[in-house]
Amino acid sequence: MNKRKLLSLPYLIWMIGFTVIPLLMILWYGFQGKNGGFTLEHILAIGRPEHLGPLLVSLLLSVICTVVCLLIAYPLALILRKAGLKRSSFVIFIFILPMWMNFLLRTYAWLNLLDDGGLVYVFLQKLGYKGNIVGTYGAILLGMVYNYLPFMVLPLYNAMTKIDDNTLNAARDLGANERQVNFRVIMPLTFPGIVSGVTMVFVPSLTTFVVSDLLGGRKIFLIGNIIEQEFSTASNWNLGAGLSFVLMIFILLSMAVLNHYDTLGEEDDG
Amino acid sequence: MKKLKHMLGNAYLALVFVFLYAPIVTLIVYSFNEGRGRKWQGFSGRWYEELFHSAQIGDAVSNTLTIALLSALIATVIGVISCLGLQALRGKARNVYLALNNIPLLNSDLVTGLSLMLAFIAVGVTFGYSTVLLAHISFNVPYVIMNVMPRLRQMNQSTYEAALDLGARPVQAFFKVLVPEIMPGVISGFLMAFTMSLDDFIITHFTKGPGINTISTLIYSEIRRGIKPSMNALSTIMFISAIILLVLTNISPKGSKTEVKYI
Repeated sequence: MNKRKLLSLPYLIWMIGFTVIPLLMILWYGFQGKNGGFTLEHILAIGRPEHLGPLLVSLLLSVICTVVCLLIAYPLALILRKAGLKRSSFVIFIFILPMWMNFLLRTYAWLNLLDDGGLVYVFLQKLGYKGNIVGTYGAILLGMVYNYLPFMVLPLYNAMTKIDDNTLNAARDLGANERQVNFRVIMPLTFPGIVSGVTMVFVPSLTTFVVSDLLGGRKIFLIGNIIEQEFSTASNWNLGAGLSFVLMIFILLSMAVLNHYDTLGEEDDG
Repeated sequence: MKKLKHMLGNAYLALVFVFLYAPIVTLIVYSFNEGRGRKWQGFSGRWYEELFHSAQIGDAVSNTLTIALLSALIATVIGVISCLGLQALRGKARNVYLALNNIPLLNSDLVTGLSLMLAFIAVGVTFGYSTVLLAHISFNVPYVIMNVMPRLRQMNQSTYEAALDLGARPVQAFFKVLVPEIMPGVISGFLMAFTMSLDDFIITHFTKGPGINTISTLIYSEIRRGIKPSMNALSTIMFISAIILLVLTNISPKGSKTEVKYI
């Protein structure tokens, strides 16, 4: 049995080489001053208005996106669960399919609808809306919700299919009405699904630079865009690394909060 | 009352359905448009012709497929081996190992991509096919472990030992007892890794060299400059391939009822 432990060694070395050291490189660049010395300058740069603004907008948009995704996905998963029992899995298939398209093409598809001359654009003009849609926060939010919705639907749906029908029937037998079944039985049982869905939507929407690049009309920059530009066009890697480090802190914080709620959910189960 | 609820449910499904499919249908329709713009100027297959004649797109497709296949295969081998080792680990060592393995899953692709880029630069390798492949293997192994580990844990440990007691050599016991048990996990891990690699843009964006493109990075450089009708044609082809692939994988003889796989 002890020899078997050795099998874990190659991947341990791989993880050190391809996960740990690369992350340390971010710290190395992020804390490196002009003459190679230690500095907090690049970390504190997040406080500068040109960085703080995009960070706050990113945080706000990703929180709204996560909430909207949850509000759309939860009833959807609930209905799909009920449908899945009666009909074939064809209905589910239909709702999973679009999520299979390339991420960039999905965003591009919305550009086709929202840009000048697109169907949604024309429709909104007729309703009396003036001005562009591309280049607004709304367009970016729409792109985010469309792209990350699957990350919310799938874990929720999987959590819901795991619930035994007998559990729900038992609740009904014991006098619970549908509302109580939904909120006091299904909801707590799907809590782990909610937590993983929220994480899977929040992190990519907080750090995206693609959606804002394509639907932001070169007017709106999120923190992801700022970091990407520091590395690609501005070539200030130290600053880019410093800002990435701050972003990582935000990701870690959100995980810690979610983990806290996740373990609370488990305690309820037991 | 029940009927009303049922109708409301269906209306909701229809609404989400429109939201999901409207952009895709628009793309498909425009892919057959004669003109460049958004005015319908007649049916034409010229964008498909342009697509098939582009060497750039051909290269990107072959890069994407070979990187996805290779990275998923290598990640599966590494993942299975490390799962076997991981099973023997206990306590703190095990937790640290799993935590390290989880980092790429939880971290943002932006940070993962940037960190790998900085590490590749520090080592001094030239950016190209191999750096993208290494990066893809790295983010794929966790998906394999995630799928194989539960299988291994569910498996009765004594069956392997029983095989040894009954005279099987460790290699025989491994291939005849252990492998069949964990095979479903290995397959779903491989498929998940394959699709993750296929769909990745951000990590590839930071680890690729100037001369090489995958489908995602090519699309990005094309559509950043505005509407490209040939990209509509590409979307249509990719969407139809996705349908075919999904139909093929979901019509397996022993389909696992309604549980949806992430792939």
